[in-house]
Amino acid sequence: MIIVLRAVVLLSGAALAVFAQPAAPLSPTNIFAPVSTPSQSIFELSRFVLMVTGAIFIVVFSLLVYAVVKFRKRSAGDAREPAQVYGSNQLELAWTVIPILIVVVLFLATARVIADIQNAARPSNAIEVTVIGHQFWWEYRYPSLKVVTANELHIPVSDSAHPTPTFLTLLSADTDHSFWVPRLAGKTDLIPNHPNHTWVDPHATGLYLGQCAQYCGTQHAKMLLRVYVQTRDEFDRWIQQQSQPAQLNGTISEGRRIFERTACINCHAVAGTVANGTFGPDLTHLMSRDTIASGAAANTPENLRRWIKDPSVIKPGSKMPAMGLSGPELNAVSQYLETLR
Amino acid sequence: MATTESIAMPLSDTSPPPLVERLHQWVTTVDHKRLGIMYILYALVFLVFGGVEATIMRIQLIRPLNDFVSPRVFNRMFTMHGTTMIFFAAMPILFGFANYLIPLMIGARDMAFPRLNAFSFWMTAFGGLLLYFSFLGGDGLYGAGNAPDVGWFAYAPLTSQTFSRGHSTDFWILSILVSGVGSIGVAINIITTVLCMRCRGMTLGKLPLLAWLNLIMAGLVVLAVSPLTAAQLMLLVDRYLGGHFFDTQAGGSAVMWMHFFWIFGHPEVYVLVLPAFGFASEIIPVFSRKTIFGYPIMVGATICIGFISMSVWAHHMFTVGMSAAGNTFFVLTTMAIAVPTGIKIFNWLATMWGGQIHFQTPMLFCIAFLFQFLIAGLTGIMLGSAPFNWHLGNSYFVIAHFHYVIVGGILFTLFGAFYYWFPKMSGRMYNETLGKLHFWLFFLGFHLTFDFMHVPGILGMPRRIYTYEPGRGWDIWNLIVTIGVLFQAAGMLVFLGNLLWSYWRGQVAGSDPWDAWTLEWSTTSPPPAYNFASLPEVRSRRPLWDLKHPEDPDWQYE
Repeated sequence: MIIVLRAVVLLSGAALAVFAQPAAPLSPTNIFAPVSTPSQSIFELSRFVLMVTGAIFIVVFSLLVYAVVKFRKRSAGDAREPAQVYGSNQLELAWTVIPILIVVVLFLATARVIADIQNAARPSNAIEVTVIGHQFWWEYRYPSLKVVTANELHIPVSDSAHPTPTFLTLLSADTDHSFWVPRLAGKTDLIPNHPNHTWVDPHATGLYLGQCAQYCGTQHAKMLLRVYVQTRDEFDRWIQQQSQPAQLNGTISEGRRIFERTACINCHAVAGTVANGTFGPDLTHLMSRDTIASGAAANTPENLRRWIKDPSVIKPGSKMPAMGLSGPELNAVSQYLETLR
Repeated sequence: MATTESIAMPLSDTSPPPLVERLHQWVTTVDHKRLGIMYILYALVFLVFGGVEATIMRIQLIRPLNDFVSPRVFNRMFTMHGTTMIFFAAMPILFGFANYLIPLMIGARDMAFPRLNAFSFWMTAFGGLLLYFSFLGGDGLYGAGNAPDVGWFAYAPLTSQTFSRGHSTDFWILSILVSGVGSIGVAINIITTVLCMRCRGMTLGKLPLLAWLNLIMAGLVVLAVSPLTAAQLMLLVDRYLGGHFFDTQAGGSAVMWMHFFWIFGHPEVYVLVLPAFGFASEIIPVFSRKTIFGYPIMVGATICIGFISMSVWAHHMFTVGMSAAGNTFFVLTTMAIAVPTGIKIFNWLATMWGGQIHFQTPMLFCIAFLFQFLIAGLTGIMLGSAPFNWHLGNSYFVIAHFHYVIVGGILFTLFGAFYYWFPKMSGRMYNETLGKLHFWLFFLGFHLTFDFMHVPGILGMPRRIYTYEPGRGWDIWNLIVTIGVLFQAAGMLVFLGNLLWSYWRGQVAGSDPWDAWTLEWSTTSPPPAYNFASLPEVRSRRPLWDLKHPEDPDWQYE
């Protein structure tokens, strides 16, 4: 039973590593289904490490099982003690030197991948994004493209014909966070006063998920990451649309009046209006996003109304307070927000 | 002296003193055996507390979007679980065994500093009570209790006044500070005892391995707990005296806290595992009926582990943005530590090789330890490979890995130690059937929980999340992991039941039930307050083997 249990686990781990195919990942966040160079190099290194440790496991495990079975006490009557062996210099030397050799090999393989990923040169056409972690949401700034958005990162695909990697600068506005989209790259922490860097170059379009991987406070669990990898054309159109101010018709709606009169604008910005707060997500193009509350809920009119009424229903511990709006005020504000496309 | 006592208390021989007086004797004792037992019982209580907290977390995670507890309560549970298990269960329980066993094994009458010993115990005990008082007093006058919720490594700046209002974090800081003083006291005591109190003939080369391992452990405690204690003071200065060590809003460094914590945190793993190696190094030879294989290299490997363990701390920080050179250095040191650890596993294997293995409960736990520690070491190598760690760090994989070390390695040998030395401490044998039942229940539960916990980590599940969405492929694994907790809890109940039942109803053990070889088995069970009627003199590492086999004594070969 011992053998079966352990073998099942070890083999299932190895199988996950070896047979996981990008086409059919067991999970949208499977680390063994890479679609980007950093994740791919880690995946190849992991496969090598798993093979070496797997081989060590099989050898030592077999020796242990053999010893336990072979040298179990057989007859109850035999009171004689077995031969006392105090040691063997040759054997001890062997199981010192062989592990040292294995360690050297693993170390060299690892050192190479560290250098490949951390010292990768930044090509001149790379997209630059500044990621700022907040309790409990993500702010994305594209400094050279004059775009500010929140929670849903859009980047272009990087195929071999047109390699366009994205280089991310990681900052934090409050506590520690960690940026981890497993299919794109390993995690890197966002630490206040300590700018960090990472990069990705996704080879396939699609939506890649992840979440904050460093405990950052009450709602650490619902600080989800969504990365939309688009074709270059789609990405350019998205940038074009996001860099516009809010498209508002001339008349100021009731909802907008309430939004700008209450504390909403202390934290939120809507480009082209008086709202220019920076503590919360930029809402200029709110309706272009699929989710609200950092991926915690789908961006539907009902969820939006629920969220404004009392954020703690969706995300208890969220930093956004319930503003105590009346029913009609709530309707008006959500209708206003729904015009921010 | 003895005559005066017998005149003064003529009845004391026949009837035990009243309960109050016995309690008073325990509270005021400076006897290393009583303090050892108090450490162990105290730690068992906290082990149960920590277990309850773990169970609450596992119930919450049994299915996606569960709402068994609120996020705040969940965050308190994982903070309290980690802090309790490391500082108030694992360390005290190991200090308890060290306290009880070291003087007996080296043929001494007590520890070097009995009063310091008592002081250390009460500091640790006070620390634990302080931590748990936070449930009542965390928010002070507002009345609503509030346990700390900053995680057991309490990363800055989450612990600053800005992000942690009220007093919950203060309770955390103070309890670690106070128990840290206790730990350093124990460590100084162990070092002095082992170096200065050995009986005649017991050179360092004839010291039982358990004492050797505890000596190195104590050295690590002095080196590792001191920076942690200093960091707690700095954090207090930050919180109340306007310091800016870790206050990032005023230019402080969050990364510096990480260095302070992990320069403690990684040697701490070896503080816990070295005594566990000590138990295995005593139990495996006795139940294989062979002397330990390669004693000198076992000692050498231990010293190596001690040194290398001081240079690996930043492998907990591969994701914080160190330079490629920094990461590479810590990969090397981390992988290097696998070599002396591997030597130990091979030497235990060679000790069993050619022996006659008896499968009593202590040995069952030690055999399981060998297999589990092998796996824990191999997943450790995976985590030591920095790029692999960029995925696995802070995921459920790392949780599975270190529980494999702490539960599969340390707790399993600890259970072995409980069964092995229970007859010595209580004078009674434990119940072998219940012992085996405990082993199999706990073994099954352990593997259900921690084997399958590796998988959600590989599938991208980070630690410390109170809930998760369906559709990530994590559901089934979390369900299995939680089911395993049931078996572990059942195993714990059988264990505690066995201890209680055997204490009152067990067969009388005699002084040497295992036909063992170290000095503690040469005195009565339980030993008298003075340990030995006359202090022993030894000529080899196995003095009782020499007595039992005068025709073939060890000292001819060593």
